[in-house]
Amino acid sequence: MTYFRIIFLYLFAVIISLTGPEKSFAGYDYIDINSPFLRKIPIAVPLFKVKAESVSGSDRQMSGRAADMLSGMLDFTGYFKMLDRESFLEDTFKAETAVQNIDFHNWTAVGAELLVTGEVQIRGNVFEIELRLFDTIKSNQLIGKKYTTGVNDLRDVMRRFSGEIVYYLTGNRGVFDSRIAFVSNGTGNKEIYICEFDGINTRPFTRNKAITLFPAWSSDGKWIAFTSYVKGKPDLYISNVNDGSTSVVSNKGINITPAWVPGKFELAATLSYSGDQDIYLVTGSGKVIKKLTNERGSDVSPSWSPDGKKMAFVSSRTGTPQIYVLDIDSGNAERLTFNGRYNTQPSWSPKGDKIAYAGMNGGRHNIYVIGFDGKDPVQLTRNGGDNESPSWSPDGSLIAFSSTREGPSRIYVMTAYGTDQRRLLAISGEQTSPKWSP
Amino acid sequence: MKKSMWIVPVLSCVFSVFLFTASCSKQTVKADLQDVKDAAKKESASAASAAAASSSAPASVVQKAPESVGSSAEDLAAKAKAAALKSVVNEDVFFDYDSAVLSAAAQDVLKNKSVILGKYSGVSVTIEGHCDERGTNEYNLALGERRAESAKSFLVSLGVNPSRLKTISYGEEKPVNSGNDEAAWSKNRRAHFVTE
Repeated sequence: MTYFRIIFLYLFAVIISLTGPEKSFAGYDYIDINSPFLRKIPIAVPLFKVKAESVSGSDRQMSGRAADMLSGMLDFTGYFKMLDRESFLEDTFKAETAVQNIDFHNWTAVGAELLVTGEVQIRGNVFEIELRLFDTIKSNQLIGKKYTTGVNDLRDVMRRFSGEIVYYLTGNRGVFDSRIAFVSNGTGNKEIYICEFDGINTRPFTRNKAITLFPAWSSDGKWIAFTSYVKGKPDLYISNVNDGSTSVVSNKGINITPAWVPGKFELAATLSYSGDQDIYLVTGSGKVIKKLTNERGSDVSPSWSPDGKKMAFVSSRTGTPQIYVLDIDSGNAERLTFNGRYNTQPSWSPKGDKIAYAGMNGGRHNIYVIGFDGKDPVQLTRNGGDNESPSWSPDGSLIAFSSTREGPSRIYVMTAYGTDQRRLLAISGEQTSPKWSP
Repeated sequence: MKKSMWIVPVLSCVFSVFLFTASCSKQTVKADLQDVKDAAKKESASAASAAAASSSAPASVVQKAPESVGSSAEDLAAKAKAAALKSVVNEDVFFDYDSAVLSAAAQDVLKNKSVILGKYSGVSVTIEGHCDERGTNEYNLALGERRAESAKSFLVSLGVNPSRLKTISYGEEKPVNSGNDEAAWSKNRRAHFVTE
């Protein structure tokens, strides 16, 4: 976390809106928010121009790296079709960047509907970067921003501008400031790691040298709760992401599957000290507030609706593990899943309308999405190993999950509609249990 | 349904063990002494068989026994105890897929363990509940605990003092067999016993 703070301090963010008809987001002019991945918008991101006394090879490299970063981030969202630079009619490194100089026909001719241009002015260690988004069909500038930064913070600038683009097109800031926590056994023990939204900059979060499982972000992103066998048994740890301060819930039996109540310093978790495995409400400092479920059998894996009024969870009360939805006020739990004999790992969408889960069919787990009212279950993964642990991106546009489709378990990302499935990272060991941060 | 089926043998066992332990529990020390005397008098092989009140005592114990001819009675008793406890550790209790119900075979294994634990009342046991890899981690961690608890309550029903029995679930985190077929999975769906 300090890493992010440092970046924030270093980026003495002089962000200037450049001239242009910049208004609030244009919404479905560009992206149909009801089916945003149905048609990808073709976008051209030529290399950024470098303005300096004498442009060195390393300056050019830097400019290429920055353009590639931006391109990669936009591609990650699933909204865009990234056009091949080889096909560009303009000399990509010298492409004009000012609206009056751009020959938009050269861009529409290669199929681009959007164009991003960049200009980098290098003054010693300081970079001034101008980034612009154009509508090539209407021949106008949609966004223009100027950033002043150090060379090490290029990625942060690209992240910010990607956020501007996606905000302009969808009205949502997107995933660019989010992170993903997950479990990896690369060291020989399962430990929790955190990477940025696109799998970059993986770093260890725990060094417990003991089985560590089930990371869960608080809704302010400041805390991660998890289960670990540090003391030889499955206890619940509630850890501050910034300073590492930690509370432990160490009752007899299991202390597992934490899920933070939205907007509160409270969480739900499965505890079995009473002799039955029930879900309890616990304070952020680890004190039991009350029992939330009370049926015989295993009740595990709580996931809160965004308003905190309902909680999806897994229960074996009818014999097989199925997903239920508990209404917190009334205390009534209704069964949500009826297809199949093994439905677990519910994850409530940030918009509140859907619940993703892993369902077993033909001996394999796959990711499904179902309406919160139990309507219209849709299978998102198929024909590729076990697909488990769905977790929504904070804007609800993407779902991270684990899969054994390539053999060992790895983390993958797809759109909320199941398209664009790709691996998030390639690190040693097996990775499971991705949890997308707020 | 399955649950109610094992109640019958359980109850009969409870009864017989009650009779057995009621008369024996206070005399454990005496019984041990008796064993020691017997062991000293007879061939050491008989000590091994005394220890192996369970029929499942490893054959190697019997083979090794002659080596200890001439050892002191304490040594023999200690070896017999070690052999008996080893059989408690070595033999796992297996479960069906997504089930914590004890099969007849599982109950037999637990009965043998209860006899040995009845004999060595100073020994405490941790029962580990494990699962195969097919379910999801969260639910398996809960299932593993139910398996360990189900083995524990059966032992308690056979007269083992619950204060001697701890349970822990490892879910699917510690498979004994890393294979991906039923042969491996059936070995991994287990309650494993560790003595202290």
